Amino acid sequence: MKRRDFLWIVGVSAIWGIFFPRVLASQEKNRDKRWVMLVDVSVCAKNRDCEACIKACHETHNVPNVGGSKEQIKWIWFSKFEKVFETEIPPIAQKKLGSWPVILMCNHCENPPCVKVCPTSATWKRKDGIVMMDYHRCIGCRYCMAACPYGARSFNWRDNKRYVGNVNYDFPLRNKGVVEKCNFCEERIAKGLQPKCVETCESRALKFGNLYDADSSVSKVLKERTSLVRKGYLGTNPNVFYLL
Amino acid sequence: MKKIYDKGKTLTGLIIFVVLVSSPTWYNLVFGKGNYVPDLKVEKNGKECVKRTSYMKKNHMELLKVWRDEVVRTGNRTYVREDGEKFEISLSGTCLKCHTNKQEFCDRCHRYVGVTPYCFGCHNIPRETRK
Repeated sequence: MKRRDFLWIVGVSAIWGIFFPRVLASQEKNRDKRWVMLVDVSVCAKNRDCEACIKACHETHNVPNVGGSKEQIKWIWFSKFEKVFETEIPPIAQKKLGSWPVILMCNHCENPPCVKVCPTSATWKRKDGIVMMDYHRCIGCRYCMAACPYGARSFNWRDNKRYVGNVNYDFPLRNKGVVEKCNFCEERIAKGLQPKCVETCESRALKFGNLYDADSSVSKVLKERTSLVRKGYLGTNPNVFYLL
Repeated sequence: MKKIYDKGKTLTGLIIFVVLVSSPTWYNLVFGKGNYVPDLKVEKNGKECVKRTSYMKKNHMELLKVWRDEVVRTGNRTYVREDGEKFEISLSGTCLKCHTNKQEFCDRCHRYVGVTPYCFGCHNIPRETRK
């Protein structure tokens, strides 16, 4: 290459980069859907022993109940506010909020670290924002579990099917050696239904909808109310919002 | 051609080896099972299959792979046949709801040809046809 050609390419690239930086990120513009979940923490605080959503989800998706060991499988679970939002709220405010239960699940991040590390594309981000798992492709390397800052992924160390209580024959099980997690009820959304946890919650602590639709209830609620996301400082940009 | 040392022993050994390896075939021929094909119970529930029988016999696994990727990777859950008839893409929900006898249909032939597909490790036999 001649020196002159090289300078030309550098110059044109620089101008392109300055004036059209969005071209490379144009996929974002084609999206008309961004599924989000809103969790009203204050409602859950009034019903502390309620585990209806967890039970319903795990029954629907044949999630085995391995017990409290390190091998447990969870799609949706809860923890204490002070553990989940350790740095988001000043310590003095934790006195009131600290013991509140917070429902946790896969955040279906806009910038999912699990997807970046998956060597087989067994987990990927769909156009509507759902971080999907393809159990056919998962080789069980558990990179995604190491990458996920939220502990939202569980590994099937052994054949856990005997731990599934009442099998829901309309949903598949999982084999030994794959990683599993919440799928935002992708199979129910396809039928026009709400996710199972949202449908089950009697006190309506959970809301689900399309954030890119300005008229959707989730957009309206997020506009009005204060919300938190888990570990926002990491830049994962979660799609599960916690309303205070 | 070079001389083969211990010709008698080598050839005898070779013949014994070939006979042993092909013994299952001989055994079946001698006992009149040469034309054996598994007796499959094809239950159709009165409906026509998504593809011709001749195609499905040979290529159902290829179709299932395409279907799998359609649903999981692209989210398309409807299969449209050439004549316009629509089917829900689902192993448990479509295939097994017609072919209700998995043991004497799927399993019997898979055992005969010596394959162990792991589809049913996760995918359920639908509630209606469980025994």
